[in-house]
Amino acid sequence: MHSPKPNLETDWPSELYRVLKAADVKQMSYVPDAGHSQLIRMFSADNDVTTNVLTTEEEGIAIAAGAWLGGQRSVLLMQSSGVGNCINMLSLSAIGRFPLLMLVTMRGEWSEFNPWQVPMSRATQPSLEAIGLKVMRAETAEDLVETVEAAASLAYDSDQQIAVLIGQRLIGKKKW
Amino acid sequence: MSNPSQLDRRAAVAALLRDRKNTLVVSGLGSPTYDLHATGDRDDNFYLWGAMGGAALIGLGLAQAQPSKRVLALTGDGEQLMGLGGIATIGVARPRNLDIVVLDNQHFGETGMQASHTGRGVDLTAIAVACGFAATATVRTLDEVQGLAKTIAGPADGPRLFVIKVLAENPPRSLPSRDAVFIKNRFRAHLGFAAA
Repeated sequence: MHSPKPNLETDWPSELYRVLKAADVKQMSYVPDAGHSQLIRMFSADNDVTTNVLTTEEEGIAIAAGAWLGGQRSVLLMQSSGVGNCINMLSLSAIGRFPLLMLVTMRGEWSEFNPWQVPMSRATQPSLEAIGLKVMRAETAEDLVETVEAAASLAYDSDQQIAVLIGQRLIGKKKW
Repeated sequence: MSNPSQLDRRAAVAALLRDRKNTLVVSGLGSPTYDLHATGDRDDNFYLWGAMGGAALIGLGLAQAQPSKRVLALTGDGEQLMGLGGIATIGVARPRNLDIVVLDNQHFGETGMQASHTGRGVDLTAIAVACGFAATATVRTLDEVQGLAKTIAGPADGPRLFVIKVLAENPPRSLPSRDAVFIKNRFRAHLGFAAA
């Protein structure tokens, strides 16, 4: 059967799902973001992956550590405003050298309507780096899929703590 | 306002874990970590020295990864109060193999015994009930702790949260390793996973 090549510009969430499944991710936790909605739907429909909706993003850092203690790989989805909620809990990943993969959709940096998103947007990368995470960024769909694949390997195979920032330009303007 | 408990926390934890068998235990920072270590250092203990508010949620991730094993998050009132939202998350996740036991001295014991919320009317078991937990209880005596140990050994329909009211005092510290990488790898090796 011939299957058409996916249109990455619109279907990058499906590609991320494919990459994360290939990396044997078994748990996914999230605070929703519009940019993550398709990926959340796909994982939620997957009986082989346990998903947790969180009240605040740092819960996902702790769940990820517990999952690893129990032998499972996980991924954590959030938007940039949630990074600020995570900082102290990231001590756990950093000092325990727990594999961590966070996918962060950026707000407040490109065609942003809501000025309240801007300060945490500005603080996202510096604060993650200050607590010891490696930050990777993607601005195009093609780059994003490749970056997440590399980040997953770095996290799970090399015990690294990685945040992949997904540029707001890539996600598109939020409709108001 | 509840009456201060006279229950010795070390005696309570010893009674709670005497027949723990294969239960995996995660301890919250401060006294619960010392209390767990005082019952004997084991490969299936994961001790926290930070990450306040995270103990029960580490328990959740672990319980989800190891559904055939029982997981116990042993923590304090201050630590659990910092993770109140996590009670909602665990209630929604509804693991059948996770218990949270809060050693509740109604104070922040590590920082000078300042009074916490639980001595001023906040009831963690009521919060757990509201979040859909399968069972909750508050115990105050050694006899009741022994009964709780039997309850915990039995099956559950969902997550459970138990409060053990203990005397507000700091027994001599019993200090486990602070090397989280070592404790992590030891714990994973116990479950059959290799270090990277």
